[in-house]
Amino acid sequence: MSRNSPASVQRRKSHLTPGRILVYAILIFLVVIWITPTLGLLVSSFRPAEDVRSTGWWTVFTQQSEARFTLDNYRYALGLPVQGQVNPRYKTVGLQNAILNSLAVAIPSTVIPILIAAIAAYGFAWIRFPGRRWLFILIVGLMSVPLQVSLIPILRDYIKIGLNGTYLGVWLAHTGFGLPLAVYLLYNYISTIPRDIFESAFIDGASHFTIFTRLILPLSTPALASFATFQFLWTWNDLLVALVFLSADSSTQVLTQRLLGLMGSFGQDWHLLTAGAFISMILPLTVFFLLQRYFVRGLTAGSVKE
Amino acid sequence: MRNGTEPSLRRSRRLPMSSPLMKGSLLALATVFSVWVLGRTFLFLRDAALPQWFLALAAIVWGVGGSMLLFTLLANFVEQFPPRWRRGLVPLVFVGPAAAIVVIYLALPALRTLIQSFYDAKGENFVGLANYVYAFTSQEMLVSFRNNFLFWLLFGTGFSVILGLIVAVLADRTHPVFERIVKAVIFMPMAISMVGASVIWKFVYEYRPAGVNQIGLLNAVLTALGGEPRAWLLTPFWNNLFLVAIFIWLQTGFAMVVFSAAIKAVPEELLEAGRIDGANEVQVFLHITLPNIRGSVLTVTTTIILVALKIFDIVQSMTGGNYGTQVIANVQYTQMFRLFNYGRAAAVAMVLLAVVLPIMIYNLRDFSKRTEAF
Repeated sequence: MSRNSPASVQRRKSHLTPGRILVYAILIFLVVIWITPTLGLLVSSFRPAEDVRSTGWWTVFTQQSEARFTLDNYRYALGLPVQGQVNPRYKTVGLQNAILNSLAVAIPSTVIPILIAAIAAYGFAWIRFPGRRWLFILIVGLMSVPLQVSLIPILRDYIKIGLNGTYLGVWLAHTGFGLPLAVYLLYNYISTIPRDIFESAFIDGASHFTIFTRLILPLSTPALASFATFQFLWTWNDLLVALVFLSADSSTQVLTQRLLGLMGSFGQDWHLLTAGAFISMILPLTVFFLLQRYFVRGLTAGSVKE
Repeated sequence: MRNGTEPSLRRSRRLPMSSPLMKGSLLALATVFSVWVLGRTFLFLRDAALPQWFLALAAIVWGVGGSMLLFTLLANFVEQFPPRWRRGLVPLVFVGPAAAIVVIYLALPALRTLIQSFYDAKGENFVGLANYVYAFTSQEMLVSFRNNFLFWLLFGTGFSVILGLIVAVLADRTHPVFERIVKAVIFMPMAISMVGASVIWKFVYEYRPAGVNQIGLLNAVLTALGGEPRAWLLTPFWNNLFLVAIFIWLQTGFAMVVFSAAIKAVPEELLEAGRIDGANEVQVFLHITLPNIRGSVLTVTTTIILVALKIFDIVQSMTGGNYGTQVIANVQYTQMFRLFNYGRAAAVAMVLLAVVLPIMIYNLRDFSKRTEAF
């Protein structure tokens, strides 16, 4: 962060050259382009159905006298009564179940791989055993294998042993697909913890288990948090794995699946789609803005270091 | 290794011999019992007719708690063995689960898919290369190759990387508060699912016939400027560009964040030296900044290429692969889930693997170089 030292900031702010104005202009232009589609969705989700259908969302700003706002779209999307009754047309929408399902898929799909990966990363970093490097390269090298390659055999196994359509099946799949990256990121971190921190614990006769749970896990919190953010967003936003392993029954479907379904069967019910999409975005956006620091650290960890 | 040989260091001094044995058998029993309980609970949760919120909560507790419990029991179990045994068993408990899961979920399936790709739809009869003939000559796949390589890889990756670089470089020269806002806005789409992004952009591309109020932003702008509204997503060839735009919108933030961190790591003295030598800002960027962040550019580019070659969600939710927008991953999904032709789906999956193979090999070389110090 040497660039933001007081002196250089001083120098940068000192005068507005045409070049500097151009820089700001380009960035403001890009920011407007980037934020407008999302803004449009947000505004639309609060407009009455007939307004969404007949006029563009920007009329809220251009003709403020005619702007009307409502929460009904969200009520429809969540299966709540509007003016005392549930609209039978939207009875099948019920995203409230999908929210729970998404949580039930995403939370263990985040925690389980982190636990397993942290244990493995510790093993690779601090336990000497033959074949260590070879095994590490095997696990991490599988990072870029497209998960499409795994779908058919795993699906057939799942059908055979009755795991198809269960949360456990999806967790294990997400664990399998997320592990290589997790092991890689956590190994990078755990292997740099100075050895003398737990040398004395070893001498006192502490087991690997004790050292791992008492010393390494707490010390690795930043790395765990960055992978957790990453994996949570990934599993919450995932469509393919959910489609393949959960597709059977709409009661277990997650938000992305339901949203895809809505785009098909309620493709013209724009008001419903906007509210549904926004419901699916609230949690990841919150996680993202709260934990952005960790998320960024996770993204850059592997890429910046040469 | 540490305590077993020296009784003086052992914690349980009163029962030197029987204690590890007792503890070991108890822990082994506890492990078996836990597996049994977890198995029963799984069956119960799978078949139970309980409120959805309760099932979800119970599933979370079961999954997270179960895996922690098993690790605790196993790790303490192997600690009870004599040192010589322990030396082999401890790594097994620590590294074993990860290795097993990765082999079961990635390595073995890749082999099984390869075998499957030489069999017919139901995987019963050997058909030789028939599925690969389909994968390399069918109209669908030829269109997919064009789209994946020309549109998604070239345009999608190219624009994401270049735009990410531009934003990172320019934002670095602005006021810190402004910089933070710009970066947050460009990065935000990373948090949104591709399906959510598709809903957002469906709204931008929505088409209404001329004369009717346009509710899609793009057509509204076009008609306001005096043009004719267009059905963006239905126009073959060009519609791919509009799908790729969504991808760029999603991926630029990733590129920008990594580049931004790399640029800030370039020493200021280096840049100052260049400026003193009379280089202008563009020259400083091309000759000092860019060579210094080469590694990041390479990593970001390969990462985004992988996403581009495997693109699925956007196409599936925007056009379903119709109107000339088909991509390899969507053909694979369609063959597997709509047409139930496992043979063809497997062959297409192998094609996808072959396409990303150069990047995998590059990454593997990189890893083995990095782990030489092991």
